[in-house]
Amino acid sequence: MSMRGKRLAYRLTTQACLLLMSVLLTGCAGAQSVLDPAGPQADRISKIWWLFFYVSAAVLLLVIIFMLLAVHRGRVREKGAGDVPEVDEKRGSAPDANLERRMTNTVTGATIITVIILLVLTIASFSIGRSLSSSMSEKDAVTIEVTGQQWWWQVRYMDANPGNIFYTANEIHVPVGQPVTLKLNSTDVIHSFWVPNLVGKKDLVPGHDATIWFEADRPGLFRGQCAEYCGLQHAHMAFWVVAETPEKYQAWVAQQRQSAQEPSTDAERRGQQVFLSAPCIMCHTIQGTPAGATIGPNLTHVASRITLAAGTLPNTRGHLSGWVVDPQAIKPGNRMPPNSLNPDDLQALLDYLQSLK
Amino acid sequence: MAETEGTMQEKIDRSAVDNDASAVALMEERERAELERTWASPKGFFGWFTNTNHKDIAMRYIVTAFVFFLLAGIEAVLMRIQLARPENRFLGPDLYNQIFTMHGTTMMFLFAVPMMEGIGLYLVPLMIGTRNVAFPRMNAFGYYVYLIGGLLIYTAFLLNVGPDAGWFSYVPLSGPAYSPGKRVDIWGQMITFTEIAALVGAVEIITTVFKQRVPGMSLNRIPLFVWAQVVTAFMVIFAMPSVMLASQMLPADRLINTHFFNPAEGGDALLYQHLFWFFGHPEVYIIFIPALGFVSSIIVTFARRQIFGYTALVLSLIATGFIGFGLWVHHMFATPLPQLGQSFFTGASMMIAIPSGVQIFCWIATLWGGKLSLKTPLLFVLGFVAVFVLGGLTGVMVASVPLDLQVHDTYFVVAHLHYVLIGGAVFPLFGAFYYWFPKWTGRLLSERAGRWNFWLLFIGFNLTFFPMHQLGLKGMTRRIYTYLPETGWGNLNLAASIGAAIIGVSVIIFLINVAWARRRGLVAGDNPWRADTLEWGTASPPPSYNFADPPIVAGRYALWTMTAETPVLKGLSTKRREVLVTRVMDAEPDHLYELPGPSIWPFLLALATGETFIVGIFTPWGFPIGAVLSLLALFGWFWSKPKSEGGTAADSRQEQSLLSLGEAQGLPLKKGA
Amino acid sequence: MLPARRIIIGLCAGVLMLSLAACEREKRDFRQAPPSVTVNTISQSDLHPGSNMPAIPPTENPDERNAYAVSEGKRLYDAYNCSGCHFHGGGGIGPPLMDDQWVYGGDPANIFSTIVEGRPNGMPSFRGKINDAQVWELAAFVRSMSGQVRKDVAPARDDHMYAKPSEQSTKQEQPKESFVPKSAELPR
Repeated sequence: MSMRGKRLAYRLTTQACLLLMSVLLTGCAGAQSVLDPAGPQADRISKIWWLFFYVSAAVLLLVIIFMLLAVHRGRVREKGAGDVPEVDEKRGSAPDANLERRMTNTVTGATIITVIILLVLTIASFSIGRSLSSSMSEKDAVTIEVTGQQWWWQVRYMDANPGNIFYTANEIHVPVGQPVTLKLNSTDVIHSFWVPNLVGKKDLVPGHDATIWFEADRPGLFRGQCAEYCGLQHAHMAFWVVAETPEKYQAWVAQQRQSAQEPSTDAERRGQQVFLSAPCIMCHTIQGTPAGATIGPNLTHVASRITLAAGTLPNTRGHLSGWVVDPQAIKPGNRMPPNSLNPDDLQALLDYLQSLK
Repeated sequence: MAETEGTMQEKIDRSAVDNDASAVALMEERERAELERTWASPKGFFGWFTNTNHKDIAMRYIVTAFVFFLLAGIEAVLMRIQLARPENRFLGPDLYNQIFTMHGTTMMFLFAVPMMEGIGLYLVPLMIGTRNVAFPRMNAFGYYVYLIGGLLIYTAFLLNVGPDAGWFSYVPLSGPAYSPGKRVDIWGQMITFTEIAALVGAVEIITTVFKQRVPGMSLNRIPLFVWAQVVTAFMVIFAMPSVMLASQMLPADRLINTHFFNPAEGGDALLYQHLFWFFGHPEVYIIFIPALGFVSSIIVTFARRQIFGYTALVLSLIATGFIGFGLWVHHMFATPLPQLGQSFFTGASMMIAIPSGVQIFCWIATLWGGKLSLKTPLLFVLGFVAVFVLGGLTGVMVASVPLDLQVHDTYFVVAHLHYVLIGGAVFPLFGAFYYWFPKWTGRLLSERAGRWNFWLLFIGFNLTFFPMHQLGLKGMTRRIYTYLPETGWGNLNLAASIGAAIIGVSVIIFLINVAWARRRGLVAGDNPWRADTLEWGTASPPPSYNFADPPIVAGRYALWTMTAETPVLKGLSTKRREVLVTRVMDAEPDHLYELPGPSIWPFLLALATGETFIVGIFTPWGFPIGAVLSLLALFGWFWSKPKSEGGTAADSRQEQSLLSLGEAQGLPLKKGA
Repeated sequence: MLPARRIIIGLCAGVLMLSLAACEREKRDFRQAPPSVTVNTISQSDLHPGSNMPAIPPTENPDERNAYAVSEGKRLYDAYNCSGCHFHGGGGIGPPLMDDQWVYGGDPANIFSTIVEGRPNGMPSFRGKINDAQVWELAAFVRSMSGQVRKDVAPARDDHMYAKPSEQSTKQEQPKESFVPKSAELPR
């Protein structure tokens, strides 16, 4: 290679490296990131991640350096290669006994170091693993039951007083600084609950109850997504965790415990009639009305949620109307049938649904 | 040992020594012609179905598996197109689910395992100096069963009956209630077919290696390639029955109302996961250990020195084989299992890094002490080390319970498994193609195209899969057909898709290289790489009988330790398909055994097996009918015993010399059945 | 030569038909257009159990050839609480659905209008509550309960307690033409 070619190659390599680094460093933060912990659980795991990361990076680097050195050495010695190499299987009597002995020592040393590294990592992993599960405390924890279904999340806030239990869907509000216990189960196939910023995942296996806990250190919106393949709309089975100050949280709880708002305008009243006479009533509940089916998400306070269709659409009037009319175009295969409503009915229904704060 | 071989040689060659040179040459030529007549593969369309030559069968395995590799590659490209942008509408969820399931299933069951076994079935008999595998008809049967399985699932895929529950087919999603139609049943039966083929291949390899090695090749002289194949074969025998259970219990649940996995009736969905991963994890090593064999072969040849730490390498292979069975729960850390139990599997998963590490160190040491000729096969091996070590290190990460809870079922794991499987198996495999192609075809692949092939694969591979680590950490879960733009996963996914295109180009270059080399490639000669193992001691491509006179082995590096005086094995019949059966430990001659020749029955039995499982999907009658048909086919198979022609004078003389060889070693040598 | 060719052509045709059946069985049609049957009027007056079923020409329900549609029907059967009265097909509050007796006709269109219109003595009308496509899916599943649907299409067992063999392994019943259940007999 000419001098110019070399310089060009060098420049290209440097630039590629810089590009790679910039790609690598972007987006460690985010609403759905392992490396941007917002609670003690995820925080511990991110610490052990960095331990593993640096150890692995060092090992990889060393192995590659030694390999390249070996290749370089071997290339230089290539000239001296005979047609048929000398071989001897007896120990120490190889072509270059000295070299052989040195290599034996190095390989033995490297193996011992490997064992030590693995031991350290295992112990670190074990102790973090214990701390993740053992510090779970049941008292003054908010207890929430999360049920996975194809393809949305039912969320039930438990309370000692049965009258205070309430349902919502695809959105979990939690108070900052207070542990939250999640009781997980599934009614159909296996799903997996995962909010990377807060806690590692747990599978929802039908027939097996699972419990995890987490705590949010700071207010924020954190996205979670089903992590176990669960069929056609596995991709669109997300939810949001809303961590907020205890006051805000209490206000939210108080509001969610109430029955649905009564329709206040003519349009809303007509919308309620549409809801109750259309197929909507076959699957959904609106507390305080005759609608009480539990096949689909509870819509008592649907207008207070951030998203529609399990984290698929922002909760706006336009998206809502598209979703009601033709959900199969948005989430093909989901359980909601299309609804052919006449435009006036549709507008009235949207008015009503949007009033359900 | 050397002295014994000396006497052996004298006895065997006594007749030849007496004659003068030209007469010897003439005799040898006649002998070869006769061997060719005896061992020739049957010709013609009908002959294709009766062939039992291990090289032909193995080449069919290799070619078929490679076709499946290409199909699965096309599926991968389709997935990458779909995922290149957020909310892409290129594939819908139904088609995407089928495609990713087909990709995983094809790569694991129809490409990786058969490919590794195919290469083993081709090379093992050559490397140990015998003329065919131990049960040639069963070998053919295995191939047909595999082919039927592959055709079944791809026909089904084209008819929109492609499985869509993932390559792992977890219940209840794959169960009767959530996967209507016949898609998952087809998957289950295809698994059964490939399992049968894999088991058959494993039995072949173990028996052949343990009983048919050429005299002198004691266990401590077996090439590492062969050791790798033996360890793999044992793993197949222990792992496959587990998935066979799963792949039969699942269709039973779906077809005949059993309740193995129904929690409401006392079944358990997790039982399926245990059964599947008890196979599924060793499967990774079943794919990867043969590749270690390729690596060892290539390194020895191109470093031009003996391997560093033969014993350590063999023990590492065996240790990997054992520990590989203790890891399966690390695929299930996120399920509701007790913490303490999980810690055990963390320990085991960490432990398996030790033998892998030892192997890497030994190879680097070999390179260190070698005189390298940096040809394409070695290039692929170097790529393998870099990629595989990274994959192994992320493997250590996913072995840790807390870390796994974050990265499990995300693109981090997708990256990890591709680093391990492409790095650990496909890189060595391409190296193996470049290395053994001249043996298989007699011509060399182009070095220049090889370098392009390697560098494009290496760059494309890293561009595709490295960003996936980060995607996983940013929360991208596996097996999603699309994602929202707000997630911010778009750019990294685009990079991955571009990388996939580069991999595609690299594979196309390889295909062109093969097509070109088949016609125009440099003629290789017997041993173009000046390698050490026995397969290079015969013509390229090898004759149907492999060796006219298999050389008797005096060391670990058979051809490097061979001299003009090295004795050869004489005395095998040229009129019958006869092989020498030797003892397990030291390969001392034991008896002569006549292998069966071409037969149509293995093919017919495979058809009967195919009928059983395919018709069984639609009606239980498939099983009784299949049982009767199989029984008939087996009758035919065992009825047609090898025809022993009346021994000629020459034959009995050769037998005598072999018998006397046995007597000289104090062995009770008898003619086999 | 000729018979051989015929056999080959026959085989090819057979394979082709099998493949078409396979394609149809496995289709996942999420936005399907249902076959049109107009059930406009509420016609309760002239309807009573037994021989004079609503005169509807025999219809074919394409959903009965599609495994996904039938399994959706099975899911909806539970979701819409059909099992509340008909149980797993054995009947209880409502008539059984897995036997050979059809009070209001066993043709797909009969079942469709039974669901949409409702029937005397307890079967409510689901007009406007369940869209047509889903009613056809339900109708297909209902017929599968007495084995009227192809075996490779009918659903397998579900993940609940074992109440009865799955629709897939149900023997096909031969519907009787006229039947009046005891509970529906007119008082003499």
